Amino acid sequence: MASASAKWKPLVDPLSETNPITIQILGICSALAVTVKLETAVVMALALTTVTTGSNVVISLLRNTIPSRIRMIVEMVVVSTLVIAADQVLRAYLYDISRQLSVFVGLIITNCIVMGRLEAFALKNPPGLSLWDGLGNGAGYGMVLIAVAAIRELVGSGKLFGHAIIPEIAYRAGYVNNGLMLLAPGAFIVLGLLIWAQRTWIRHFES
Amino acid sequence: MELLSLAIRSIFIENILLASFLGMCSFLAISKRIETAIGLGVAVIFVQSITVPVNWVLRHAFLAPGALSWTGVPALAGLDLSFLTFVVFIATIASLVQLVEMAMDRFFPRLYQALGIFLPLITVNCAILGGSLFMVERNYTFAESMVYGISSGSGWALAIVAMGAIRRKLRYSNVPPGLRGLGITMIMTGLMAMAFMIFSGIQL
Repeated sequence: MASASAKWKPLVDPLSETNPITIQILGICSALAVTVKLETAVVMALALTTVTTGSNVVISLLRNTIPSRIRMIVEMVVVSTLVIAADQVLRAYLYDISRQLSVFVGLIITNCIVMGRLEAFALKNPPGLSLWDGLGNGAGYGMVLIAVAAIRELVGSGKLFGHAIIPEIAYRAGYVNNGLMLLAPGAFIVLGLLIWAQRTWIRHFES
Repeated sequence: MELLSLAIRSIFIENILLASFLGMCSFLAISKRIETAIGLGVAVIFVQSITVPVNWVLRHAFLAPGALSWTGVPALAGLDLSFLTFVVFIATIASLVQLVEMAMDRFFPRLYQALGIFLPLITVNCAILGGSLFMVERNYTFAESMVYGISSGSGWALAIVAMGAIRRKLRYSNVPPGLRGLGITMIMTGLMAMAFMIFSGIQL
């Protein structure tokens, strides 16, 4: 049992206990920018999970051959190659969404989650564990993204995935969408409150 | 006049941190003390105002569709290397940061001592790469890219220094335990972003 749980630890921990966004404070930029709509948030979460998992596995395979002095450059090259691949795929198959994500796909290169996991995990662990770690962190990131996007899209425009959720009758009775949620301050405040809730839930407090 | 308007727009109205969310990681980590916030702010202005124009030149000389026609080789004239943009930009940024670091160490040792630890951090600050990518997306001219580099860096510096000052005052407040640190900082950034939105009515 102990060995089984050790194997799943890298996958399960980042979902809540060591969540990359709410606990480790990594990768906040894109978490705020792409969460106006659920659609873009889901695509971004998938893109980041792919890049993190892929680069974790590649760097983990190379970990014994990379000289530690130039490891940053090697990591950058691996990550940017994967990001270019992800960007080309998005442009080919999901052109509209890739237009909306604009520069944020490219910015996965400097997303701290990717570099952070490479430095903290992939350089020291075998490819199998690194794969789980990449998947886990991508999923932890995706969960926060989807939660923030769901709140912002529902409160801000009354929709989820572009389908109207708030019934027409509510608008006639005087309900108004909260436009602030679609703007930058809404993103900061929703994420702030989410962090509060999650940290209180798992009792993780900063002094 | 248009350049001035671009400068005002990128410092206040479309502040790279508060409206485009770029450079959040270092913003949250470094804004705890106002002295370090000022140090990193100056370093970002410096690097941003160099990398955006340099990346503009690289893009227009090598990467844009048909950019290689200046070589006179017909096989290269029709080439579109724009898929290499990310790698080239990040390599430029990493090497420029290194160069700036060495030049500062040689010619302005006091400034280097003050900024020393912050310079390497800048390579992974997404405001820098983001600035260059916005420059591509918005099709700036060379003059515009220079102004954009300086003013978007200044906007970022303004935001982090302001946050450093607020967090200093906040040490004396009694914040609920779960909200301490990251949570309250996010909410304050939201309030700051709201305050900056009043600039959006300005027409120049």
